[in-house]
Amino acid sequence: MELIQLIIGGVATGCVYGLVALGFVLIYKATEGVNFAQGDMMMLGAFVALGLVNADYWALPFIPGVILAAAIMGGVGYGVDRFVVRQIFGQPQFALVILTIAMGFVFRFAAGAIWGFTPLVLETPFAGKSLHFGGVIIGYEDLVTIIVTGLLTLGLWLFFQYTRIGLAAQAASQNQMAAYIVGVPVRRINSTIWALSGVVSTIAGVLYASKGAIDPNIGLLGIKAFAAAVIGGFGSLPGALLGGILIGVVEPVAARYLPGGISQMSPYIIMLAVLVTRPNGLFAQIYAKKV
Amino acid sequence: MKVIFKTSYDNDIDLHEDWWARGKIIALVAVMAVLPFLVGEYYLAEATNTLIWSLAGMGLMVLVGHTGQASLGHAAFMAIGAYTDAALMNIGVPWVVAFPLAGLAAGLFGALVAIPAVRMSGIYLAIATLALFVIVEEMIIILEPITGGVGGIFAPSITIAGVDFDRYASLNNFYWLCLGCVVLVTWLYANLLRSPTGRSFLAVRDSEVSARALGINVTRTRALAFGLSCAMTGLAGALMGHYISFFNYELFSVFISINLLLVVTIGGLGFIQGAFFGAILITAVPQLIAILRDGLNSTTGIDLGSIPGLDTLIFSAILVGFIIYEPAGLYGRWLKLRVWFQLFPLARRDMFRRQKTYLKTERMR
Repeated sequence: MELIQLIIGGVATGCVYGLVALGFVLIYKATEGVNFAQGDMMMLGAFVALGLVNADYWALPFIPGVILAAAIMGGVGYGVDRFVVRQIFGQPQFALVILTIAMGFVFRFAAGAIWGFTPLVLETPFAGKSLHFGGVIIGYEDLVTIIVTGLLTLGLWLFFQYTRIGLAAQAASQNQMAAYIVGVPVRRINSTIWALSGVVSTIAGVLYASKGAIDPNIGLLGIKAFAAAVIGGFGSLPGALLGGILIGVVEPVAARYLPGGISQMSPYIIMLAVLVTRPNGLFAQIYAKKV
Repeated sequence: MKVIFKTSYDNDIDLHEDWWARGKIIALVAVMAVLPFLVGEYYLAEATNTLIWSLAGMGLMVLVGHTGQASLGHAAFMAIGAYTDAALMNIGVPWVVAFPLAGLAAGLFGALVAIPAVRMSGIYLAIATLALFVIVEEMIIILEPITGGVGGIFAPSITIAGVDFDRYASLNNFYWLCLGCVVLVTWLYANLLRSPTGRSFLAVRDSEVSARALGINVTRTRALAFGLSCAMTGLAGALMGHYISFFNYELFSVFISINLLLVVTIGGLGFIQGAFFGAILITAVPQLIAILRDGLNSTTGIDLGSIPGLDTLIFSAILVGFIIYEPAGLYGRWLKLRVWFQLFPLARRDMFRRQKTYLKTERMR
C-alpha cells in the first residue's frame, strides 16, 4: 500500500520533470540546440502565473490567469530566440549551451527582483482536495498533473507528426540548408518552437507550483529534467515523458528503501547507466543514413 | 610586419618565434615574481586567487578550447583535488607528495569517467559531466570520515623543508608557490601543444573524421585530454583548498563550473593566454562591482547591495555579450587589434569574418 502511494506521488512528480524535459526535446527536435535555461523558464512561468492569479497580486481567475501566463511566456520564448539566440545562428552548439546558461541566470535574477527570494505558494482551485481508493490517497493536484501531462504530450506528438509547422521544424533540424532550399522559413520556425517551449514550461511550472511553495531557485530542477530527456533519448517526446516518470518514481522509492544520499544521486546514476549502455537513450532517435 | 627567416626545422616548432617574444614572457614572469614587494597584502591575496583560477581555467581550456569537448562539471574535479590533498595532508603526508597525488587522483578519476563519456558527442558529454558533478557532490557528503561531510575539512598549512607556506602567516611564500605551480603547468601545457599529442587534440577538435583518417585514435585522444584537463583542474582545486583553508562541499558549487566556462569563453577559446585573461576578469569584476557599489552608496545614496544576485546578472550579461559579439574572447579581440596595427592602412574588416555553418542533425549518421 505504501509502495503504491509512493509510486502515485512519484508519477505525478515525474510528469513535471517530463514536461520540463519536453521543453528541451521540443527545442532540440526543431533547432538541434539545447536550452539549458529550460528549468529557469519553468520557474519564470510559475512566477508569472502566480503574479496573475494570487490574491496578493492581480487576482485573476485561475484558468484565464494560467492561459495569460502561458501566452506571456510564449512571448518571452519567442523574444529570447528572436533577439538573443538568433544572433548566434550558425555558431557551434557549445555557444548556445553557454548562452542559455547565462540566460537562466538572467531569468533567476528577474524573478528574484520582482517576486523576492522567499518561497511563495500559488493559489490553485484544487489545493488540499483528494480522492480515496481503499488506503490510497490521490491528491487532486496529482491527478490534474497526470491528465494534463498526458494530453499535452499527445498533442505535441501529433503536432510534430502531422502539422505543417511540426514537419517543417523536423526538416529544419535534420538539415538546415536543405530546409532553406525547399522553402522552410527556418528562423521563423525556430522562434515559433521556442515560443511553444515557453508555453509548455509555463504549464510545467504551474503544475509544479500546485504541489508546494516556489522560489527562484527551483529552476535547478532543470538538471533532473535533463536526466529525464537523456534517459528517454533526446529527441523523443514520449521518451522524455517516460524518462521523467521513471526518475520521479525511483527518487521517492529510493529515499524510502535505500540508505540516505542514494536517492539524490539516483536520477544521475540511471542516466549515466543509460548513456553507457545505450548512448542514444531508451527510445533511440538515431537512424542510419540511407545513401 | 616582421618576417622570420627559419634556418632549421626546430625553428618551426619553437615556443616563441624570436627573442623579443621570449623576452616579453620572461619580463612578465619577473614582474609577477617581485609582485609581493610592490603591492599590499590584499591585492597579493587577490593575485593568488587569480593565479589559482587561471590554473583551473587552463585545465578546462585543454578540454574546451583545444579538444572541443564541453564540460559543465569541472567543479567536481576541483573538489576531488582539494579533498584528496587536504585528506592526505591530514594523515601526515607532506604537501610535496600530496599535491601531485591530488592531481593524479583527479586525472585518473577523469580518465575513468572519460572512457564512456567520450563516446558521446557535444551536448551529451556536457550533460553527463553535469550529472557527474551532482554525484560527486553527494559522495562528498556521504564519505564523511574522509571529507568531513557537511561540516567541512581543514587544509593544513604547507611546510616544505622547514619553510612555512601558510596562506595567512606567510602569504608571500604561498603566492610564490602558486606562481611556481602556474608557471610550471603553463610551460608543460605550451610544450604539450607542440608535441604530436597536442597536435592530435587540435585535429580532433577541428574535424573528427579527418583526424581519424590521419590515423589518430580519437577515443584515446579524447580520454587523454579529459584526464589531463581533470588533473590540471584538480591541482588548482588543491591550491584553492589551501587558499580558502577551511571548506566544505559548498565551495565547489555548480557556479564554479559555470565560472570556469566563463573564464575560458571570455578569455578566448583555444589560447593559453585566454585562460589568464578570463581569470583576471572573473576575479577583478566582483572587486570592481564592490568598489562601484560603495562609491554609489556614499555619493548618491543608491544602495545596490540591497539587490540580491546583481553580480551574477552582470556576469551573465558580460557572457551573453561576448558570445554574441566576440566569440573569440578577450584574447581574440587583442589579436585582431594587433593585426590591425601591424597592417595599419591595409587591414580590412572582412579579414576576421566568421564562416557561417548550417546545422545538421546528430541523430542521422
